[in-house]
Amino acid sequence: MSLAMSDLTLALPELFLAGAAMLLLMLGVFRKEDSARVVLVLALLVLTVTLVLAYGVTPKTGRATSFGGLFLVDDFTRFAKVLVLVATAFTLAISRTWMEKEEIARFEYPVLVLFATLGMLMMISANDLMALYLGLETQSLALYVMAAYHRDNARSTESGLKYFVLGALASGLLLYGASLVYGFVGATNFETIAKALASHHAPQGLIIGLAFLVAGLAFKVAAVPFHMWTPDVYEGAPTPVTAFFAIGPKIAAFALLVRVLTGPFGPMVEAWQQLVVFLAAASMIVGAFAAIGQTNIKRLMAYSSIGHAGYALVGLAVGNREGISGLLLYLAIYLAMNLGTFGIILAMRVKGRAVEGISDLAGLARTSPMMALMLAVFMFSMAGIPPLAGFFGKLYVFLAAVNAGHIILALIGVLSSAVAAYYYLRIVKVMYFDEPAEALDRPIGPTLAVVLAGSLVFIVFFFLVPSPLVGGAEHAASVLFH
Amino acid sequence: MSDWPLLTLVTFLPLVGAAFILTIRGDEAAMAVNARNVALLTSLATFVLSLALWIKFDSTTPAFQFVEKADWLPALNISYHMGIDGISMLFVILSTFLTPLCIIQSAGSITVRVKEYMIAFLVLETMMVGMFCALDFVLFYFFFEGVLIPMFIIIGVWGGARRVYAAFKFFLYTLVGSVLMLIAMLAMAFHAGTFDIPSLMAFRFPFDLQRWLWLAFFASFAVKVPMWPFHTWLPDAHVEAPTGGSVILAGVLLKMGAYGFLRFSLPMLPEASVFFTPFVYTLSIVAVIYTSLVALAQEDMKKLIAYSSVAHMGFVTIGIFTLTPQGLEGALFQMLSHGVVSGALFLCVGVVYDRMHTREIARYGGLVNRMPLYAFTFMVFTLASVGLPGTSGFVGEFLVLMGAFKVNTWVSLLAATGVVLGAAYMLYLYRRVVFGKLVRDDLKSILDMNTREIVVFAPLILVVIWMGVYPHAVLKTMHVSVGTLIERHQAALANPPVVAAVKGESAR
Repeated sequence: MSLAMSDLTLALPELFLAGAAMLLLMLGVFRKEDSARVVLVLALLVLTVTLVLAYGVTPKTGRATSFGGLFLVDDFTRFAKVLVLVATAFTLAISRTWMEKEEIARFEYPVLVLFATLGMLMMISANDLMALYLGLETQSLALYVMAAYHRDNARSTESGLKYFVLGALASGLLLYGASLVYGFVGATNFETIAKALASHHAPQGLIIGLAFLVAGLAFKVAAVPFHMWTPDVYEGAPTPVTAFFAIGPKIAAFALLVRVLTGPFGPMVEAWQQLVVFLAAASMIVGAFAAIGQTNIKRLMAYSSIGHAGYALVGLAVGNREGISGLLLYLAIYLAMNLGTFGIILAMRVKGRAVEGISDLAGLARTSPMMALMLAVFMFSMAGIPPLAGFFGKLYVFLAAVNAGHIILALIGVLSSAVAAYYYLRIVKVMYFDEPAEALDRPIGPTLAVVLAGSLVFIVFFFLVPSPLVGGAEHAASVLFH
Repeated sequence: MSDWPLLTLVTFLPLVGAAFILTIRGDEAAMAVNARNVALLTSLATFVLSLALWIKFDSTTPAFQFVEKADWLPALNISYHMGIDGISMLFVILSTFLTPLCIIQSAGSITVRVKEYMIAFLVLETMMVGMFCALDFVLFYFFFEGVLIPMFIIIGVWGGARRVYAAFKFFLYTLVGSVLMLIAMLAMAFHAGTFDIPSLMAFRFPFDLQRWLWLAFFASFAVKVPMWPFHTWLPDAHVEAPTGGSVILAGVLLKMGAYGFLRFSLPMLPEASVFFTPFVYTLSIVAVIYTSLVALAQEDMKKLIAYSSVAHMGFVTIGIFTLTPQGLEGALFQMLSHGVVSGALFLCVGVVYDRMHTREIARYGGLVNRMPLYAFTFMVFTLASVGLPGTSGFVGEFLVLMGAFKVNTWVSLLAATGVVLGAAYMLYLYRRVVFGKLVRDDLKSILDMNTREIVVFAPLILVVIWMGVYPHAVLKTMHVSVGTLIERHQAALANPPVVAAVKGESAR
C-alpha cells in the first residue's frame, strides 16, 4: 500500500486537524496562564481552516478513494463534513462563557472537541468497516471524556460513566455485526461488499450482521429503542457539551448510517428498510410522548432530539435519493434550531448560577423579550409550523415518504409532530403566558448573541431563499445513487 | 399601476408594518401609541389597496386574476403562485376590512404589551390574506398553518382566565387536522406531479384515492369551520380570546375551512364530494339544530355567539354541498355576512365587557335606558344574525335554503328550523341584556358608546345594510366563478376518472 501524494491531499482536512489538535495539546501543556482561552481561539481557527479545506477538497471525478480504499471523498462527504464542522465550531464558540462562569474552562476541552471532530470526519469518509470503527471510536472516546468533563460534579461524572458503558456495549454490537459481515462476505471494503451482495443472494447470517451494525449505529444517533442513554447524558453533561452532543456527533452518525446502508448494503434495501422504518416510527412516537412530562429543559431537548432523529430516519427509511436529500436538509435545519435553542439554554443563569428548569423561563417575554422571541421561534420551528425552517425539513422528508408509498410512516410522523407541538408550545406558554420568575442574567455576551441572531435569521428567513441549501442537499444525495 | 404586484403588496404590507413596529423604542406609553398608529395606518393602507384590487377585478371571467408566479423551490415544482378569483376576492376584502376595526377597538381593551399585540395582528393579517390568494399547495399550507402562531399568542397572552387551555386546544385541534391535510396534499402532488392548484383542479384522481384525500381534507376543514362534533375548541377559544381575537377568529378564520371545501374538495375531488354529501348534510343539520339549542342555554354572551357561529357555519356547509348555484352563492354570501355580523356581535360584547368586565348575561339588563346608541347597534346586528330581510344575514340564508330545497326538501326543512331557533336565542339574548328594568347599581352609571366605538361600528352597520339591500354588488363578483365551478364539477361527474383504464383498453 503506497501513500501517494494524491492520497494525502484527499485527507488534507483530517491530517491538518489531527496535527493541529496535537500541537494545541502541546501548547496547552506548556503555556501555563490563560491557556484555556488561547487554545479555544486557536481551536476555532483550526476548525475554520479545516472547514475551508473540507469544502475545497474536490476530487476531479466527483469521487475518489485513498489509503487503499479505506477513505472516501465525494460530494456527500463534503456536505456532511461542512455541516459537522459548522456545528462544532459554533458549539465550541458558545461554550466559552459558560465554562468560564462555571470555572471549568481548561484547555483540554477545545482539544477534546478537535479530536472528536477528527473522529467524525473520519466516520463520514469511512469506506471500509475498519475505517468506520476507527472513526467511531476516535469520536466516542473523546465524547466520553467530555460528558464527564465537569469532574467535580456528580451528575456529570455519572453521565460520562453511563455514556461510556452503554457506548462500549454499542461498539461491541457494531463490532460483532462487522465481524459477521466479514465472515459471510469475506471483505470489509464497502465497494467490495456492495459488489458481492449485488451478484449473490444474501445469506441469513449476513442479515443478522447487518442488524447488529444498524443497532450499533442507531445507538449513536439515539434512535428508539437504543436511546436510553440520551436523557441522562444530556441532562448530566455540562450544557455546552450537551449542545455539542446534540448536533455534530449526531450529524456524523447519520452520515455514516446513510453511507453504510445505501453503499455496501444498498442491494439489501428490503432487509434494512423494515428496520429503519421501525426505528423511525418508534423514535418519533417516543420522542413526542416521553418529552411531555419533562421539567428539565436539557432532558426535554434530549427527547426532542430523539424525535428529530425519527423524522430524519424517515428520509433514510424511504431509501431513495429524494429521501436522503430530505434527511440531509433536515439535519442542516436541525443544526440551526438546536444551536439556537442550546444558545438560549446556555444563557439561562440566575444570579450567576446556571438553571435548567423549564419553570425558570417563566415570564421571559417580559424580563428579556428578545430572548423569549428567539426561543419561541426555535420552538415553533421545531414543532414544524410554517413559515419557519423546521416546516420545510419536515415537508421534505414527508414528501419523500409519501412519494415512495410510505403513507403510514408519514401519518405517524405528522401525528407525532402534532403531539410534540404540545411540549414545544408549553415552553412558549411558560415564557409568554406565565407570570415572570426571577429574571435571567444579562447581558449574555457577544459571541452567544451573534450565534443566536444567526440561527434566528436562518430559521425565519429560510423560506425566502431555500434553493441553495436544498440544491446542495439534493446534489449530495445524488452521488450516493449513481 | 397594472404591472405592480398588487397581491404581493396587499399580502405583505402588514408584515412591513410589523417589522416597523418592532423597531419602535421608547417608554411604555409612547411605544403603545406609536405602535397602534403604525398598525392602524398599515392596515388602512392594506384595506385601500385591497379595494383597488376589487375595483380592478374583472367579474366576467372565472380565471384567476392578478396572477403572480415565481420560482420558489424549483426542484420540487413548488412555486410562489398567487392569484384570486371571484371566490377568494371578497375574503381578501373581508380580512383587510376587519383588521383595522380590531386595531381601533383594541385601544379600549388592550393596555399591556400593546406593541406585541399589534405585531401579532399584522402578522395574522398577512397570513390570512396570503392564504386566500395562494395558488400553490405548499404556499397555501404555509399561510394556513402560519395563522396558528399569532392566534395562539393572541389568545394566550391577552385572553381571559382560561386562556392557556383555550390557546392549546385551538392550536392542537387545528394542527392535527392540518397535518392530515398536508399528507393528502403531498399524496395529490405525487399523483399529479405538481403542487399548482389550478393544474390540480384539472387533474382527475381515481375514486378510491379521492375518498381518502377527501377525508384528510375534511379533517382539517371540519375542525376549522367548525362542524359538529369538531367544534368544541371554538367556544373555549372565543370566550377566552380578547375581543379583537374573537372578531378575527369568527370573521375570517372560520371561513378558511369553508373556503377550503370550495377551493379543494369540490373542484379536485368531485366524486368524493358527492359521495360524502349525505355525511356533510347530517353533520351540518346536527350543527344547526343542536348548537342552536345549546346557544339557548348559554349564560355567557360570548359563548352564546360562539355557538351561534357553529350553527351559521352549518348553513354554509349545507349550501356548499348542495352544489347548486344558489346554494354555493348563498354559502359564500353567508360566510361574508357572518364574518361581518359575528365579528360585530363580538365587538358589541366587547363594548360592555370593557365597561363591566363580565360577559355573564344575568349581570346585565335594561341597558337601553343608559345606552340607546349601543342598543341600536346591538339590535342591527342581532337582527342581521337572525336573518331579517334587509340585512345581510337574510340573503345568505335564503339562498342556501333555496339551493337545499332544490336538492333535498328534508335538508331544507330541518335547516329552516335553525333559522327559527336562531331568532329565538338571539332575541332572547337581546331581551335579557338590553331590555327590562335597569336594576343593578353598577349599571346605573354605565356610559354609552364613545366616539372610537362609533367609528368602529358605523362601517359595519353600513356594510350589513348595504349587503342586505343591494346583494347584487357582492353576488356579481362571485357569480361567474361559482357558475364555472359548478359547470366543471358536473362535467367531471359526467366523465368519471377511469380514463386511464379506458385508454389502456383502447390501446389493446
